[in-house]
Amino acid sequence: MAYPEKYKYTREHEWVEVNGKIGTVGITDYAQNSLGDIVFVDAPKVGTKVEKGAVFGSVESVKAVSDLYSPVTGTVTEVNEELNSSPEKINSDAHGAWIIKVELSDSGEVESLLSAADYEKFIAEETGK
Amino acid sequence: MRYLPKSDAERAAMLREIGASSIDDLFTAIPEEYRLTRDLNVPRQMGESEIIDYFKSAAAKNANGYASFLGAGAYRHYRPVVIDALVQRGEFLTSYTPYQAEITQGTLQAIFEFQTMICELTGMDIANASMYDGSTGAAEAVMMAVRVTGRDNVLVAKTVHPEYREVMHTYAQHQGHEAKEVAYGQDGHVDLAALEQAVTEETACVLVQSPNFFGLIEDIPAIAEIAHKKGALLIVSIAEAVSLGIVRPPAEADIVSMEAQSFGVALSYGGPYCGVLGAKEKYLRQMPGRLVGETKDTEGRRGFVLTLSTREQHIRREKATSNICTNQALVALMVTIFMTVYGKQGVRELAVQNLAKAKYAADTLAAQGKVLFAGTPRFHEFVLQTDEDPEQLNARLLEKKIIGGLDLRKWYPELGNATLWCATELTTKEQIDAAAGVLAEAPVAASAR
Repeated sequence: MAYPEKYKYTREHEWVEVNGKIGTVGITDYAQNSLGDIVFVDAPKVGTKVEKGAVFGSVESVKAVSDLYSPVTGTVTEVNEELNSSPEKINSDAHGAWIIKVELSDSGEVESLLSAADYEKFIAEETGK
Repeated sequence: MRYLPKSDAERAAMLREIGASSIDDLFTAIPEEYRLTRDLNVPRQMGESEIIDYFKSAAAKNANGYASFLGAGAYRHYRPVVIDALVQRGEFLTSYTPYQAEITQGTLQAIFEFQTMICELTGMDIANASMYDGSTGAAEAVMMAVRVTGRDNVLVAKTVHPEYREVMHTYAQHQGHEAKEVAYGQDGHVDLAALEQAVTEETACVLVQSPNFFGLIEDIPAIAEIAHKKGALLIVSIAEAVSLGIVRPPAEADIVSMEAQSFGVALSYGGPYCGVLGAKEKYLRQMPGRLVGETKDTEGRRGFVLTLSTREQHIRREKATSNICTNQALVALMVTIFMTVYGKQGVRELAVQNLAKAKYAADTLAAQGKVLFAGTPRFHEFVLQTDEDPEQLNARLLEKKIIGGLDLRKWYPELGNATLWCATELTTKEQIDAAAGVLAEAPVAASAR
Protein backbone atom coordinates (compact mmCIF):
# COMPACT_ATOMS: atom_id res chain seq x y z
CA MET A 1 0.00 0.00 0.00
CA ALA A 2 1.39 3.35 -1.03
CA TYR A 3 1.31 6.22 1.41
CA PRO A 4 0.28 9.39 -0.46
CA GLU A 5 3.11 11.92 -0.71
CA LYS A 6 0.78 14.88 -0.15
CA TYR A 7 -0.33 13.59 3.27
CA LYS A 8 1.49 14.11 6.55
CA TYR A 9 1.55 11.36 9.20
CA THR A 10 1.73 10.90 12.96
CA ARG A 11 3.51 8.23 14.95
CA GLU A 12 0.06 7.26 16.25
CA HIS A 13 -0.90 6.32 12.67
CA GLU A 14 -3.17 9.16 11.61
CA TRP A 15 -2.83 11.04 8.35
CA VAL A 16 -3.75 14.63 7.49
CA GLU A 17 -4.15 16.29 4.13
CA VAL A 18 -4.00 20.07 4.19
CA ASN A 19 -5.96 22.17 1.69
CA GLY A 20 -5.65 25.84 2.55
CA LYS A 21 -7.08 26.25 6.07
CA ILE A 22 -8.73 22.82 6.16
CA GLY A 23 -7.03 19.64 7.33
CA THR A 24 -8.66 16.29 6.49
CA VAL A 25 -7.85 13.54 8.98
CA GLY A 26 -7.99 9.76 8.79
CA ILE A 27 -6.08 6.69 9.93
CA THR A 28 -3.39 4.95 7.91
CA ASP A 29 -3.57 1.68 6.07
CA TYR A 30 -1.08 0.27 8.56
CA ALA A 31 -3.48 1.22 11.40
CA GLN A 32 -6.56 -0.34 9.81
CA ASN A 33 -4.60 -3.47 9.07
CA SER A 34 -3.41 -3.82 12.68
CA LEU A 35 -6.90 -3.17 14.06
CA GLY A 36 -8.73 -5.65 11.87
CA ASP A 37 -12.43 -5.32 10.99
CA ILE A 38 -13.58 -1.89 12.10
CA VAL A 39 -17.12 -1.88 13.52
CA PHE A 40 -17.54 1.60 14.95
CA VAL A 41 -16.02 5.06 14.65
CA ASP A 42 -16.55 7.46 17.52
CA ALA A 43 -15.93 10.91 16.04
CA PRO A 44 -16.44 14.31 17.69
CA LYS A 45 -19.30 16.64 16.80
CA VAL A 46 -18.90 19.56 14.39
CA GLY A 47 -17.65 22.56 16.35
CA THR A 48 -15.52 20.53 18.75
CA LYS A 49 -12.03 21.90 19.36
CA VAL A 50 -9.24 19.42 18.77
CA GLU A 51 -5.63 19.74 19.78
CA LYS A 52 -2.51 18.35 18.17
CA GLY A 53 -1.47 15.18 19.99
CA ALA A 54 -4.69 14.95 22.02
CA VAL A 55 -7.40 12.28 21.75
CA PHE A 56 -10.37 13.31 19.58
CA GLY A 57 -12.24 10.03 19.27
CA SER A 58 -11.79 6.31 18.89
CA VAL A 59 -12.10 3.48 16.40
CA GLU A 60 -13.45 0.15 17.49
CA SER A 61 -12.58 -3.08 15.76
CA VAL A 62 -13.60 -6.58 16.69
CA LYS A 63 -10.30 -6.82 18.58
CA ALA A 64 -9.83 -3.48 20.30
CA VAL A 65 -10.86 0.10 20.81
CA SER A 66 -8.08 2.53 19.86
CA ASP A 67 -7.93 6.21 20.57
CA LEU A 68 -7.58 8.68 17.73
CA TYR A 69 -4.94 11.40 18.18
CA SER A 70 -5.35 14.62 16.30
CA PRO A 71 -2.43 15.55 14.03
CA VAL A 72 -3.52 19.20 14.09
CA THR A 73 -5.06 21.88 16.32
CA GLY A 74 -8.33 23.54 15.30
CA THR A 75 -12.11 23.21 15.10
CA VAL A 76 -14.02 20.32 13.55
CA THR A 77 -15.96 21.59 10.50
CA GLU A 78 -17.20 18.32 9.08
CA VAL A 79 -17.58 14.70 10.15
CA ASN A 80 -17.71 11.80 7.70
CA GLU A 81 -21.27 10.60 8.33
CA GLU A 82 -20.82 7.70 5.93
CA LEU A 83 -18.72 5.95 8.58
CA ASN A 84 -21.74 5.70 10.91
CA SER A 85 -23.31 3.10 8.68
CA SER A 86 -20.20 1.83 6.86
CA PRO A 87 -17.21 1.95 9.22
CA GLU A 88 -15.63 -0.85 7.14
CA LYS A 89 -14.82 1.81 4.49
CA ILE A 90 -11.72 2.46 6.57
CA ASN A 91 -10.61 -1.12 6.04
CA SER A 92 -11.19 -1.02 2.30
CA ASP A 93 -9.80 2.47 1.69
CA ALA A 94 -8.01 3.90 4.71
CA HIS A 95 -6.47 6.80 2.84
CA GLY A 96 -9.77 7.81 1.24
CA ALA A 97 -12.14 7.25 4.18
CA TRP A 98 -11.50 10.42 6.15
CA ILE A 99 -12.92 10.82 9.65
CA ILE A 100 -13.01 14.56 10.33
CA LYS A 101 -12.16 17.87 8.67
CA VAL A 102 -10.58 20.52 10.83
CA GLU A 103 -10.20 24.25 10.34
CA LEU A 104 -6.55 24.72 11.29
CA SER A 105 -5.53 27.28 13.88
CA ASP A 106 -1.94 27.10 12.64
CA SER A 107 -1.27 25.66 9.21
CA GLY A 108 2.47 25.65 9.93
CA GLU A 109 1.88 23.03 12.62
CA VAL A 110 1.89 20.13 10.14
CA GLU A 111 5.53 20.77 9.23
CA SER A 112 6.65 18.81 12.28
CA LEU A 113 4.66 15.71 11.20
CA LEU A 114 6.19 12.80 9.28
CA SER A 115 6.43 12.72 5.49
CA ALA A 116 5.24 9.61 3.65
CA ALA A 117 8.80 8.34 3.38
CA ASP A 118 9.53 8.97 7.06
CA TYR A 119 6.28 7.28 8.07
CA GLU A 120 7.08 4.20 5.98
CA LYS A 121 10.49 4.05 7.61
CA PHE A 122 8.81 4.42 11.02
CA ILE A 123 6.38 1.54 10.47
CA ALA A 124 9.16 -0.62 9.07
CA GLU A 125 10.96 -0.14 12.40
CA GLU A 126 7.72 -0.80 14.34
CA THR A 127 7.12 -4.01 12.43
CA GLY A 128 10.76 -5.04 12.74
CA LYS A 129 10.66 -4.76 16.53
CA MET B 1 -15.16 -28.29 37.30
CA ARG B 2 -14.42 -31.00 39.85
CA TYR B 3 -12.36 -30.68 42.98
CA LEU B 4 -9.51 -33.18 42.67
CA PRO B 5 -7.56 -33.71 45.88
CA LYS B 6 -3.88 -34.69 45.67
CA SER B 7 -2.31 -37.64 47.43
CA ASP B 8 1.09 -37.49 49.15
CA ALA B 9 2.52 -39.65 46.38
CA GLU B 10 1.27 -37.22 43.72
CA ARG B 11 2.70 -34.27 45.64
CA ALA B 12 6.07 -36.02 45.87
CA ALA B 13 6.00 -36.80 42.14
CA MET B 14 5.25 -33.18 41.26
CA LEU B 15 8.01 -31.89 43.52
CA ARG B 16 10.47 -34.39 42.01
CA GLU B 17 9.48 -33.25 38.52
CA ILE B 18 10.28 -29.61 39.22
CA GLY B 19 13.38 -30.43 41.27
CA ALA B 20 12.13 -29.28 44.68
CA SER B 21 12.52 -31.39 47.78
CA SER B 22 9.63 -29.90 49.77
CA ILE B 23 6.74 -27.43 49.48
CA ASP B 24 8.80 -24.96 51.53
CA ASP B 25 11.41 -25.00 48.76
CA LEU B 26 8.87 -23.25 46.53
CA PHE B 27 8.96 -20.19 48.76
CA THR B 28 12.72 -19.67 48.84
CA ALA B 29 12.36 -16.73 46.41
CA ILE B 30 10.69 -14.82 49.27
CA PRO B 31 13.32 -13.45 51.70
CA GLU B 32 13.27 -15.32 55.01
CA GLU B 33 12.26 -12.27 57.04
CA TYR B 34 9.01 -11.87 55.05
CA ARG B 35 7.95 -15.48 55.42
CA LEU B 36 5.33 -16.49 57.95
CA THR B 37 6.89 -18.96 60.31
CA ARG B 38 3.80 -19.94 62.24
CA ASP B 39 0.57 -21.61 61.14
CA LEU B 40 -2.26 -19.38 59.93
CA ASN B 41 -4.66 -18.42 62.68
CA VAL B 42 -7.72 -20.16 61.20
CA PRO B 43 -9.90 -22.78 62.86
CA ARG B 44 -8.86 -26.39 62.30
CA GLN B 45 -10.82 -28.42 59.76
CA MET B 46 -14.12 -29.93 60.90
CA GLY B 47 -15.69 -33.27 60.21
CA GLU B 48 -18.94 -33.43 58.27
CA SER B 49 -21.11 -33.94 61.35
CA GLU B 50 -19.38 -31.06 63.13
CA ILE B 51 -19.99 -28.76 60.16
CA ILE B 52 -23.66 -29.68 60.08
CA ASP B 53 -23.94 -28.95 63.83
CA TYR B 54 -22.16 -25.64 63.33
CA PHE B 55 -24.56 -24.47 60.62
CA LYS B 56 -27.62 -25.76 62.47
CA SER B 57 -26.72 -23.73 65.53
CA ALA B 58 -25.99 -20.67 63.38
CA ALA B 59 -29.34 -21.08 61.60
CA ALA B 60 -31.09 -21.34 64.95
CA LYS B 61 -30.06 -17.73 65.59
CA ASN B 62 -32.32 -16.56 62.76
CA ALA B 63 -35.32 -14.58 63.90
CA ASN B 64 -37.87 -17.14 62.78
CA GLY B 65 -41.51 -16.49 63.48
CA TYR B 66 -41.20 -12.69 63.36
CA ALA B 67 -43.41 -10.46 61.25
CA SER B 68 -41.35 -7.87 59.38
CA PHE B 69 -42.43 -4.51 58.02
CA LEU B 70 -38.99 -3.58 56.75
CA GLY B 71 -38.48 -2.69 53.11
CA ALA B 72 -36.35 0.26 51.99
CA GLY B 73 -34.49 -1.50 49.22
CA ALA B 74 -34.52 -5.09 50.51
CA TYR B 75 -37.88 -6.78 50.09
CA ARG B 76 -39.37 -9.96 51.44
CA HIS B 77 -41.09 -11.85 48.65
CA TYR B 78 -41.89 -15.48 48.04
CA ARG B 79 -39.12 -17.43 46.26
CA PRO B 80 -40.44 -20.38 44.22
CA VAL B 81 -38.46 -23.53 45.12
CA VAL B 82 -37.61 -24.14 41.47
CA ILE B 83 -35.11 -21.26 41.68
CA ASP B 84 -32.72 -22.96 44.10
CA ALA B 85 -33.23 -26.33 42.45
CA LEU B 86 -32.06 -24.94 39.12
CA VAL B 87 -29.28 -22.59 40.19
CA GLN B 88 -27.67 -25.38 42.19
CA ARG B 89 -27.08 -27.41 39.06
CA GLY B 90 -23.32 -27.75 38.62
CA GLU B 91 -23.43 -26.38 35.07
CA PHE B 92 -24.57 -23.04 36.49
CA LEU B 93 -23.19 -23.10 40.02
CA THR B 94 -19.55 -23.88 39.30
CA SER B 95 -19.07 -22.47 35.81
CA TYR B 96 -16.47 -19.80 35.21
CA THR B 97 -17.12 -16.50 33.46
CA PRO B 98 -18.30 -17.29 29.89
CA TYR B 99 -15.32 -16.04 27.90
CA GLN B 100 -15.22 -19.20 25.83
CA ALA B 101 -18.49 -19.21 23.92
CA GLU B 102 -18.02 -22.75 22.58
CA ILE B 103 -18.42 -24.28 26.03
CA THR B 104 -20.75 -21.79 27.74
CA GLN B 105 -23.84 -21.56 25.56
CA GLY B 106 -26.14 -22.34 28.50
CA THR B 107 -24.81 -19.54 30.69
CA LEU B 108 -24.76 -17.12 27.76
CA GLN B 109 -28.33 -17.97 26.76
CA ALA B 110 -29.55 -17.46 30.33
CA ILE B 111 -27.91 -14.02 30.43
CA PHE B 112 -29.33 -13.16 27.01
CA GLU B 113 -32.83 -14.03 28.23
CA PHE B 114 -32.25 -11.97 31.37
CA GLN B 115 -31.30 -8.96 29.21
CA THR B 116 -34.34 -9.47 26.97
CA MET B 117 -36.82 -9.70 29.86
CA ILE B 118 -35.27 -6.68 31.59
CA CYS B 119 -35.76 -4.63 28.40
CA GLU B 120 -39.42 -5.67 28.18
CA LEU B 121 -39.94 -4.83 31.83
CA THR B 122 -38.17 -1.46 31.95
CA GLY B 123 -39.06 -0.12 28.50
CA MET B 124 -35.39 0.27 27.57
CA ASP B 125 -33.85 -0.82 24.23
CA ILE B 126 -30.83 -2.54 25.73
CA ALA B 127 -29.81 -4.04 29.08
CA ASN B 128 -26.48 -5.41 30.20
CA ALA B 129 -25.72 -8.75 31.85
CA SER B 130 -26.28 -7.17 35.33
CA MET B 131 -24.42 -5.00 37.85
CA TYR B 132 -23.50 -5.74 41.47
CA ASP B 133 -26.66 -4.21 42.96
CA GLY B 134 -29.08 -1.31 42.75
CA SER B 135 -26.67 1.16 44.32
CA THR B 136 -23.66 0.46 42.10
CA GLY B 137 -26.03 0.32 39.15
CA ALA B 138 -27.15 3.87 39.92
CA ALA B 139 -23.56 5.05 40.39
CA GLU B 140 -22.49 3.45 37.11
CA ALA B 141 -25.48 5.01 35.35
CA VAL B 142 -24.31 8.43 36.54
CA MET B 143 -20.78 7.84 35.23
CA MET B 144 -22.28 6.65 31.95
CA ALA B 145 -24.30 9.87 31.64
CA VAL B 146 -21.14 11.88 32.27
CA ARG B 147 -19.40 10.05 29.42
CA VAL B 148 -22.34 10.48 27.06
CA THR B 149 -22.86 14.20 27.68
CA GLY B 150 -19.29 15.30 28.34
CA ARG B 151 -20.68 17.29 31.28
CA ASP B 152 -19.87 16.59 34.90
CA ASN B 153 -22.55 18.15 37.07
CA VAL B 154 -24.95 15.63 38.51
CA LEU B 155 -28.33 16.22 40.17
CA VAL B 156 -29.72 13.63 42.55
CA ALA B 157 -33.15 13.71 44.13
CA LYS B 158 -33.15 13.51 47.91
CA THR B 159 -35.85 10.88 47.54
CA VAL B 160 -33.34 8.42 46.03
CA HIS B 161 -32.41 5.65 48.51
CA PRO B 162 -29.93 7.32 50.92
CA GLU B 163 -27.48 4.43 50.62
CA TYR B 164 -27.62 4.55 46.81
CA ARG B 165 -26.78 8.25 47.07
CA GLU B 166 -23.89 7.44 49.38
CA VAL B 167 -22.46 4.88 46.94
CA MET B 168 -22.95 7.34 44.08
CA HIS B 169 -21.09 10.07 46.00
CA THR B 170 -18.25 7.66 46.76
CA TYR B 171 -17.83 6.96 43.04
CA ALA B 172 -18.31 10.60 42.05
CA GLN B 173 -15.72 12.08 44.38
CA HIS B 174 -12.94 10.18 42.64
CA GLN B 175 -14.23 11.02 39.17
CA GLY B 176 -14.32 14.75 39.81
CA HIS B 177 -18.08 15.02 39.32
CA GLU B 178 -20.03 17.53 41.25
CA ALA B 179 -23.20 15.98 42.66
CA LYS B 180 -25.96 18.19 44.08
CA GLU B 181 -29.13 17.04 45.78
CA VAL B 182 -32.61 18.23 44.88
CA ALA B 183 -35.16 18.57 47.68
CA TYR B 184 -38.62 17.00 47.81
CA GLY B 185 -41.84 18.93 48.03
CA GLN B 186 -44.87 18.77 50.32
CA ASP B 187 -46.21 15.78 48.40
CA GLY B 188 -43.01 13.75 48.86
CA HIS B 189 -42.15 14.00 45.16
CA VAL B 190 -39.04 15.60 43.73
CA ASP B 191 -39.70 19.34 43.89
CA LEU B 192 -40.15 20.07 40.18
CA ALA B 193 -39.70 23.83 40.55
CA ALA B 194 -36.44 23.32 42.44
CA LEU B 195 -35.34 20.80 39.84
CA GLU B 196 -36.13 23.15 36.99
CA GLN B 197 -33.98 25.79 38.65
CA ALA B 198 -31.12 23.41 39.32
CA VAL B 199 -30.83 21.90 35.82
CA THR B 200 -28.45 23.87 33.62
CA GLU B 201 -26.56 23.41 30.37
CA GLU B 202 -23.79 21.90 32.51
CA THR B 203 -25.98 19.17 33.97
CA ALA B 204 -25.00 15.69 32.83
CA CYS B 205 -27.95 13.92 34.37
CA VAL B 206 -30.83 13.93 36.80
CA LEU B 207 -31.06 10.82 38.97
CA VAL B 208 -34.43 10.01 40.52
CA GLN B 209 -35.97 6.92 42.00
CA SER B 210 -39.51 5.63 41.43
CA PRO B 211 -41.16 4.38 43.53
CA ASN B 212 -38.99 6.73 45.55
CA PHE B 213 -37.57 6.05 49.01
CA PHE B 214 -40.90 7.01 50.58
CA GLY B 215 -42.67 4.49 48.31
CA LEU B 216 -44.16 7.21 46.09
CA ILE B 217 -44.44 7.10 42.30
CA GLU B 218 -42.56 10.02 40.74
CA ASP B 219 -43.89 11.95 37.75
CA ILE B 220 -41.31 10.60 35.28
CA PRO B 221 -42.61 12.32 32.11
CA ALA B 222 -42.48 15.74 33.82
CA ILE B 223 -38.99 15.14 35.19
CA ALA B 224 -37.81 13.89 31.78
CA GLU B 225 -39.07 17.05 30.12
CA ILE B 226 -37.17 19.26 32.56
CA ALA B 227 -33.93 17.29 32.13
CA HIS B 228 -34.14 16.94 28.36
CA LYS B 229 -34.88 20.63 27.82
CA LYS B 230 -31.31 21.34 28.93
CA GLY B 231 -29.75 18.35 27.21
CA ALA B 232 -29.31 16.40 30.44
CA LEU B 233 -30.03 12.68 30.62
CA LEU B 234 -32.64 11.22 32.94
CA ILE B 235 -31.67 8.22 35.04
CA VAL B 236 -34.45 6.39 36.81
CA SER B 237 -33.45 4.11 39.66
CA ILE B 238 -35.88 1.42 40.75
CA ALA B 239 -35.34 -0.26 44.12
CA GLU B 240 -38.41 -2.48 43.94
CA ALA B 241 -38.62 -4.51 40.73
CA VAL B 242 -42.09 -5.83 41.60
CA SER B 243 -43.47 -2.31 41.20
CA LEU B 244 -43.05 -2.70 37.41
CA GLY B 245 -45.94 -5.16 37.49
CA ILE B 246 -48.29 -2.23 37.90
CA VAL B 247 -46.37 1.04 37.58
CA ARG B 248 -45.82 2.35 34.05
CA PRO B 249 -42.20 1.63 32.99
CA PRO B 250 -39.99 4.73 32.89
CA ALA B 251 -39.81 4.78 29.09
CA GLU B 252 -38.87 8.49 29.03
CA ALA B 253 -35.64 7.72 30.89
CA ASP B 254 -32.34 7.54 29.05
CA ILE B 255 -30.91 5.05 31.53
CA VAL B 256 -32.69 2.80 34.02
CA SER B 257 -30.87 1.19 36.93
CA MET B 258 -32.66 -1.27 39.13
CA GLU B 259 -32.26 -3.58 42.09
CA ALA B 260 -33.74 -6.94 41.08
CA GLN B 261 -33.51 -8.62 44.50
CA SER B 262 -37.30 -8.84 44.76
CA PHE B 263 -37.31 -11.26 41.83
CA GLY B 264 -36.35 -14.45 43.59
CA VAL B 265 -33.23 -13.38 45.46
CA ALA B 266 -33.10 -14.11 49.20
CA LEU B 267 -32.66 -11.18 51.59
CA SER B 268 -29.38 -12.68 52.89
CA TYR B 269 -28.39 -9.77 55.16
CA GLY B 270 -28.21 -7.41 52.20
CA GLY B 271 -26.42 -9.32 49.47
CA PRO B 272 -25.38 -10.59 47.03
CA TYR B 273 -28.14 -8.91 45.05
CA CYS B 274 -28.53 -8.16 41.38
CA GLY B 275 -28.23 -4.75 39.77
CA VAL B 276 -29.78 -4.00 36.42
CA LEU B 277 -28.74 -1.40 33.88
CA GLY B 278 -30.78 -0.61 30.81
CA ALA B 279 -30.55 2.26 28.33
CA LYS B 280 -31.55 3.69 25.01
CA GLU B 281 -29.73 1.98 22.16
CA LYS B 282 -27.82 5.10 21.11
CA TYR B 283 -25.87 4.94 24.40
CA LEU B 284 -24.83 1.33 23.86
CA ARG B 285 -21.11 2.02 23.61
CA GLN B 286 -21.00 3.98 26.85
CA MET B 287 -22.71 1.26 28.82
CA PRO B 288 -20.65 -0.32 31.60
CA GLY B 289 -20.27 -4.04 32.02
CA ARG B 290 -20.84 -6.87 29.67
CA LEU B 291 -23.47 -7.71 27.14
CA VAL B 292 -24.43 -11.01 25.61
CA GLY B 293 -25.42 -10.89 21.97
CA GLU B 294 -27.18 -13.31 19.69
CA THR B 295 -25.34 -14.49 16.59
CA LYS B 296 -25.05 -17.37 14.15
CA ASP B 297 -22.30 -19.95 14.04
CA THR B 298 -20.52 -21.02 10.84
CA GLU B 299 -23.36 -23.41 10.09
CA GLY B 300 -26.03 -20.77 10.54
CA ARG B 301 -27.24 -22.00 13.93
CA ARG B 302 -28.37 -19.59 16.63
CA GLY B 303 -25.70 -18.97 19.25
CA PHE B 304 -24.67 -16.49 21.94
CA VAL B 305 -21.44 -14.60 22.63
CA LEU B 306 -20.12 -11.87 24.86
CA THR B 307 -20.17 -8.79 22.70
CA LEU B 308 -18.66 -5.29 22.74
CA SER B 309 -15.98 -6.58 25.13
CA THR B 310 -13.52 -4.14 23.59
CA ARG B 311 -14.84 -1.50 25.97
CA GLU B 312 -14.23 -3.67 28.99
CA GLN B 313 -11.40 -3.52 31.44
CA HIS B 314 -9.69 -6.79 30.54
CA ILE B 315 -9.12 -5.44 27.02
CA ARG B 316 -9.20 -1.65 27.27
CA ARG B 317 -7.39 -1.38 30.61
CA GLU B 318 -7.53 2.09 32.19
CA LYS B 319 -9.60 3.44 29.29
CA ALA B 320 -12.45 0.98 29.90
CA THR B 321 -15.95 2.39 30.39
CA SER B 322 -16.06 0.89 33.88
CA ASN B 323 -14.05 -1.15 36.34
CA ILE B 324 -16.77 -3.79 36.38
CA CYS B 325 -15.42 -6.80 34.54
CA THR B 326 -18.01 -9.40 35.37
CA ASN B 327 -21.64 -9.63 36.40
CA GLN B 328 -23.86 -11.28 38.98
CA ALA B 329 -24.40 -14.29 36.75
CA LEU B 330 -25.82 -16.71 39.29
CA VAL B 331 -27.99 -14.11 41.03
CA ALA B 332 -29.16 -12.82 37.64
CA LEU B 333 -30.10 -16.41 36.85
CA MET B 334 -32.34 -16.49 39.94
CA VAL B 335 -34.00 -13.31 38.64
CA THR B 336 -34.40 -14.85 35.19
CA ILE B 337 -36.00 -17.99 36.58
CA PHE B 338 -38.31 -15.88 38.75
CA MET B 339 -39.44 -13.80 35.77
CA THR B 340 -39.97 -16.95 33.72
CA VAL B 341 -42.00 -18.67 36.46
CA TYR B 342 -44.20 -15.65 37.20
CA GLY B 343 -44.52 -14.37 33.64
CA LYS B 344 -46.12 -11.09 32.66
CA GLN B 345 -49.48 -11.87 34.23
CA GLY B 346 -47.89 -13.29 37.39
CA VAL B 347 -45.74 -10.24 38.05
CA ARG B 348 -48.81 -8.07 37.57
CA GLU B 349 -50.87 -10.10 40.02
CA LEU B 350 -48.00 -10.07 42.48
CA ALA B 351 -47.80 -6.28 42.24
CA VAL B 352 -51.55 -5.95 42.78
CA GLN B 353 -51.35 -8.13 45.92
CA ASN B 354 -48.51 -6.00 47.28
CA LEU B 355 -50.44 -2.85 46.60
CA ALA B 356 -53.55 -4.20 48.35
CA LYS B 357 -51.63 -5.34 51.44
CA ALA B 358 -49.86 -2.01 51.71
CA LYS B 359 -53.10 -0.11 51.36
CA TYR B 360 -54.65 -2.12 54.16
CA ALA B 361 -51.55 -1.60 56.31
CA ALA B 362 -51.49 2.16 55.67
CA ASP B 363 -55.22 2.52 56.33
CA THR B 364 -55.00 0.46 59.52
CA LEU B 365 -51.90 2.14 60.91
CA ALA B 366 -53.18 5.61 59.97
CA ALA B 367 -55.49 5.32 62.97
CA GLN B 368 -52.43 5.20 65.24
CA GLY B 369 -50.37 7.93 63.63
CA LYS B 370 -50.17 10.06 60.53
CA VAL B 371 -49.38 8.63 57.09
CA LEU B 372 -47.27 11.30 55.42
CA PHE B 373 -47.70 12.28 51.73
CA ALA B 374 -51.06 10.47 51.97
CA GLY B 375 -52.54 11.85 48.75
CA THR B 376 -49.57 10.89 46.56
CA PRO B 377 -49.79 7.66 44.55
CA ARG B 378 -47.55 5.01 46.08
CA PHE B 379 -46.66 1.35 45.77
CA HIS B 380 -46.14 -0.85 48.84
CA GLU B 381 -44.31 1.45 51.29
CA PHE B 382 -45.46 4.42 53.31
CA VAL B 383 -44.09 6.83 55.89
CA LEU B 384 -45.81 6.80 59.27
CA GLN B 385 -45.33 9.67 61.68
CA THR B 386 -45.98 8.88 65.33
CA ASP B 387 -45.95 10.71 68.64
CA GLU B 388 -43.87 7.90 70.02
CA ASP B 389 -40.12 7.76 69.50
CA PRO B 390 -39.44 5.17 66.71
CA GLU B 391 -36.80 3.41 68.77
CA GLN B 392 -39.18 2.93 71.65
CA LEU B 393 -42.01 1.95 69.32
CA ASN B 394 -39.89 -0.65 67.55
CA ALA B 395 -38.70 -2.07 70.89
CA ARG B 396 -42.31 -2.53 71.97
CA LEU B 397 -43.15 -4.18 68.63
CA LEU B 398 -40.18 -6.49 68.89
CA GLU B 399 -41.49 -7.82 72.21
CA LYS B 400 -44.51 -9.03 70.21
CA LYS B 401 -42.27 -10.56 67.55
CA ILE B 402 -42.93 -7.74 65.11
CA ILE B 403 -40.14 -5.90 63.32
CA GLY B 404 -41.54 -2.43 62.76
CA GLY B 405 -40.84 0.21 60.13
CA LEU B 406 -37.41 1.64 59.39
CA ASP B 407 -36.46 4.61 61.58
CA LEU B 408 -36.04 7.51 59.11
CA ARG B 409 -34.55 10.08 61.52
CA LYS B 410 -30.99 9.29 60.48
CA TRP B 411 -31.63 10.50 56.92
CA TYR B 412 -34.74 12.68 57.17
CA PRO B 413 -34.72 14.32 60.61
CA GLU B 414 -37.13 16.96 59.27
CA LEU B 415 -39.90 14.33 59.23
CA GLY B 416 -39.80 13.93 63.00
CA ASN B 417 -40.72 10.55 64.47
CA ALA B 418 -41.06 8.92 61.07
CA THR B 419 -40.78 5.26 60.12
CA LEU B 420 -40.91 3.66 56.68
CA TRP B 421 -43.26 0.67 56.53
CA CYS B 422 -43.52 -1.96 53.85
CA ALA B 423 -46.09 -4.68 53.23
CA THR B 424 -45.65 -7.38 50.61
CA GLU B 425 -47.70 -10.40 49.52
CA LEU B 426 -46.13 -12.27 52.46
CA THR B 427 -47.49 -9.83 55.03
CA THR B 428 -50.71 -11.12 56.55
CA LYS B 429 -53.76 -9.21 57.72
CA GLU B 430 -53.21 -10.69 61.20
CA GLN B 431 -49.69 -9.28 61.29
CA ILE B 432 -50.90 -5.84 60.26
CA ASP B 433 -53.68 -5.89 62.85
CA ALA B 434 -51.24 -7.07 65.53
CA ALA B 435 -48.85 -4.21 64.71
CA ALA B 436 -51.71 -1.71 64.87
CA GLY B 437 -52.66 -3.18 68.22
CA VAL B 438 -49.18 -2.59 69.62
CA LEU B 439 -49.18 0.97 68.27
CA ALA B 440 -52.53 1.64 69.93
CA GLU B 441 -51.04 0.77 73.32
CA ALA B 442 -48.55 3.65 73.02
CA PRO B 443 -47.78 5.28 76.35
CA VAL B 444 -49.34 8.73 76.25
CA ALA B 445 -46.73 11.31 75.25
CA ALA B 446 -45.91 13.98 77.84
CA SER B 447 -47.21 16.74 75.57
CA ALA B 448 -50.58 15.05 75.11
CA ARG B 449 -51.11 14.27 78.77
